[in-house]
Amino acid sequence: MIPAAFDYYRPKNMDEVIALLQEHGDDARVMAGGHSLIPMMKLRMAEVPHLIDLQSIEGLKTIEIENGQITLGAMVTQHDLIDHDGLAAAVPILREAALQIADPQVRYMGTIGGNVANGDPGNDMPGVMQCLDAQINLAGPDGPRTVAARDYYEAAYMTDRADDEVLVSVSLTAPTGGYAYEKQKRKIGDYATAAAAVQITKSDGKVATASIAMTNLSDVPVWSEEASAALIGTSCESAALDAAVAAMLGDIDPSEDNRGPVAFKRHVAGVILKRAVTRAWDRA
Amino acid sequence: MNDMTPDREERSANLKGLGCSRKRVEDARFTQGKGNYVDDIKLPDMLHGDFVRSPYAHARVVSVNKDAALALPGVVAVLTAEDLAPLNLHWMPTLAGDKQMVLADGKVLFQGQEVAFVVASDRYVAADAVELVEVEYEELEVITDPFEALKSDVVLREDLEGQTEGAHGPRKHHNHIFTWEQGDEAGTNQVLDNAEVVAEETMYYHRTHPCPLETCGSVASMDKVNGKLTLWGTFQAPHVVRTVASLLSGIEEHNIRVVSPDIGGGFGNKVGVYPGYVCSIVASIVTGKPVKWVEDRMENLMSTAFARDYHMTGKISATKEGKITGLHCHVTADHGGFDACADPTKFPAGFMNICTGSYDIPVAYLAVDGVYTNKAPGGVSYRCSFRVTEAVYFIERMIEVLAIELDMDAAELRRINFIKKEQFPYTAALGWEYDSGDYHTAWDKALETVDYEGLRAEQAERVAAFKRGETRKLMGVGLSFFTEIVGAGPVKNCDILGMGMFDSCEIRIHPTGSAIARLGTISQGQGHATTFAQILASEIGISADSITIEEGDTDTAPYGLGTYGSRSTPVAGAATAMAGRKIRAKAQMIAAYLLEVHDDDVEFDIDRFVVKGAPERFKTMKEIAYAAYNQAIPGIEPGLEAVSYYDPPNMTYPFGAYVCVMDIDVDTGVPEIRRFYALDDCGTRINPMIIEGQVHGGLTEALAVALGQEIAYDDMGNVKTGTLMDFFLPTAWEVPNYETDYTVTPSPHHPIGAKGVGESPHVGGVPCFSNAVQDAFRAFGLRHTNMPHDHWRIWQTANGLGLHD
Repeated sequence: MIPAAFDYYRPKNMDEVIALLQEHGDDARVMAGGHSLIPMMKLRMAEVPHLIDLQSIEGLKTIEIENGQITLGAMVTQHDLIDHDGLAAAVPILREAALQIADPQVRYMGTIGGNVANGDPGNDMPGVMQCLDAQINLAGPDGPRTVAARDYYEAAYMTDRADDEVLVSVSLTAPTGGYAYEKQKRKIGDYATAAAAVQITKSDGKVATASIAMTNLSDVPVWSEEASAALIGTSCESAALDAAVAAMLGDIDPSEDNRGPVAFKRHVAGVILKRAVTRAWDRA
Repeated sequence: MNDMTPDREERSANLKGLGCSRKRVEDARFTQGKGNYVDDIKLPDMLHGDFVRSPYAHARVVSVNKDAALALPGVVAVLTAEDLAPLNLHWMPTLAGDKQMVLADGKVLFQGQEVAFVVASDRYVAADAVELVEVEYEELEVITDPFEALKSDVVLREDLEGQTEGAHGPRKHHNHIFTWEQGDEAGTNQVLDNAEVVAEETMYYHRTHPCPLETCGSVASMDKVNGKLTLWGTFQAPHVVRTVASLLSGIEEHNIRVVSPDIGGGFGNKVGVYPGYVCSIVASIVTGKPVKWVEDRMENLMSTAFARDYHMTGKISATKEGKITGLHCHVTADHGGFDACADPTKFPAGFMNICTGSYDIPVAYLAVDGVYTNKAPGGVSYRCSFRVTEAVYFIERMIEVLAIELDMDAAELRRINFIKKEQFPYTAALGWEYDSGDYHTAWDKALETVDYEGLRAEQAERVAAFKRGETRKLMGVGLSFFTEIVGAGPVKNCDILGMGMFDSCEIRIHPTGSAIARLGTISQGQGHATTFAQILASEIGISADSITIEEGDTDTAPYGLGTYGSRSTPVAGAATAMAGRKIRAKAQMIAAYLLEVHDDDVEFDIDRFVVKGAPERFKTMKEIAYAAYNQAIPGIEPGLEAVSYYDPPNMTYPFGAYVCVMDIDVDTGVPEIRRFYALDDCGTRINPMIIEGQVHGGLTEALAVALGQEIAYDDMGNVKTGTLMDFFLPTAWEVPNYETDYTVTPSPHHPIGAKGVGESPHVGGVPCFSNAVQDAFRAFGLRHTNMPHDHWRIWQTANGLGLHD
């Protein structure tokens, strides 16, 4: 648990960050809360000769809520998400999900930006962001650009972000209706065995819109368009839940690990999704 | 001066002696971050060691190239087996009569095995240099299954090739270590063959690890001027380490000082001797500088002593009414690449022969076969006396299986088979003499407190509701009744490397009436500084607050065998009381002289000696202490000191009754502990608060083991659970509220009647949690399923019983 030597930078603005990234290319990584990257460096599984700490960059810690439009700076911590009453009112699934990430000590350090940017299939926020149809805002040498969370993830630890780009914020429209983030884990600090993020709106006693995303059941978060569609026009009765689960199971691709074999994970994914949908529907 | 004398009750309370829930004196420093652990030790010019470890579970080491590592600035040395061989330190003896490579000598036998030791001026440089050591391996066939090992042509231990005799008798195969037999095989088989009912079961008690929060480490400092070696380390038995270090190195024992500073948990993991200790000593001798070695979490989990890994097959016979008539147990014990179990020498499977449990079983037979595999060595007693966790799990599962076979209530089956109060001292079929017990009283109290009948009625309703499709949660009622065997032990049958397992205490009373006592044990969190002072307070009439307890420095402490197997209170606690009584005997003579009466005319009264029949005439212990140093008393040497070496006449046998109520989600496999009741009888209770803390800790480690904690290997011998992400260490979030209770059945042979308690909750807790899980599925036909009961395995059980259809 002793990392290899690295150079440490703490730039004051994003231009400096991007200049460092351009200069060092693959050899440089930005660090937000560090709760994924530093353990990987200590295990020498990630070699980062140039580590760029974002904590002194102005403006990355803000939570903006304006006319139903929300922007979360990359350095907003999980604790900040939990602690912000306005955000909890506007996007309650964020507090519910953040409370299921690790423990308070980790949540004081871990950030939304790091969680979303890293592309770790175990992270919870990528699925939540896909469920919310959030936009990921990147800064790079060619200026800012925006990618939909649903298009951002390519494979484990591989995203649409270029090596010289930095995730600066995520933005989203405040959802309406019911929500739920349901997660099964073995213990505090564990990644999900299976987790589901669900948003549902109701109209005339039926599901008007639905959005479903699953966590840690594939090498990327899985937004299941078909599972979402299976709920529309239903009142989330048993047959509708079964249809949504069947559709979702067609989209996930879990692998065996210490949390259990594939058959178990697929079973639990179905159970967790049903529970999430039921809770979201009750809240819609 | 006697006008303001407090009354007897007040004087007794002021002592803070036996029975007082005195706060732990250790906690002031621990809660303020002021502890002094091995890694806190920093000496001038200290060097740092780090290991090159094998990525393979079984491979030949073709070559080790140190050049690139040695070229790195700051690297002082890179040691390999070749460097240690001239000193004859490339191998070392194990506590189990085997030998173990210090550094890989031609081959490696488990993943994480020590191959080379890098010494550098800086911890970071040492880690960088580890990566620069080029080792060429030639992979060999890996065997991780002991049954396969006994059939395989692959010779794991080539160094033992041709040796048909091991430390514990004949070896049946080149991967076989020993067979240990206890009891009456023919008699047991005869009873089983003719029994009305026989229940059989095979169970695997999985490999796990004690995982203390502080990992293992040492700092060795060889002073070449005076020839003295000082060794600080995470040692549960510092004196034994000194003796072993002397025998291995040839340094005379008086020139070795071993110090166990504060230790952050041991649980058996810090009993043995590890290559890191040896390498830090050699490196210090070679370089003339202090050398520190501290392993990280992954190294601790993958290379230091594991626990359990017992494949157990049982047969238990009974009458149709449920009276047990015989017990047969066979164990295939996976010891990994070297037999480094930490047991008393004559007990290669520890006290596994306590496996008849708390029951009056007329005849029994136990055989244990130890086997080599490509897994890490160890086999320590993780928060239990030697292999007692395995024994109690075995019998408590066999009882449950027998109850199923008999279609009987498992609580009732236990009740009709308990050893009765009047049968103590009771000699069990496998030889142990249980000192005292009152099992029926404890059991009845436990069942009544939890409303056992009510729980069973609720469970039956739940099963019915489940079958009607109204709920997806089942309810389990876990029972366990355990008897521990602790306090090793009588020198006549217990030794470690030839050292009898006595223990010791040395007391010095200072002139002003305070005291210091030194013991041969070493606390790793047990609170010895608190509790041993309480024993003494009651014995010598000096307040516990005025008594310093010191352990762990072999230059000052009397020789002792250390702390593990709940032996500190039974053995060193007894030595403390006996040394206290020597102090008291001398104090009596001094008091008699001061009071101008005959020795027999004074008697001890809480904190003083009083003249019999004239309690207004007395001398307090404080006054007596002063007199011991300032008066010339005819026929009595000055000073007030005593030492006692205590060889216990027998083990002590704490026991307890536990009940766990659990709800299980059959769809997710998630268990929820609704209630946990633990009644412990540890004999005389020294500090009830510390006992309660010990029970909470032991239960939490029991929960861990039962519900998910394991060292798992894949077929290639890779450790799959090498970090705390996958190795389950419970936090407050996973732990239920525990209800504790007690009865008091003193040990008849211990000076104060105490029995030891630190490990009981682990021993009794594991089967209780496991039985709760298994009991939930009994109504659906489950007989037995192996631990750990993590989510997927519980789900798999439910699935196998058709509960997801």
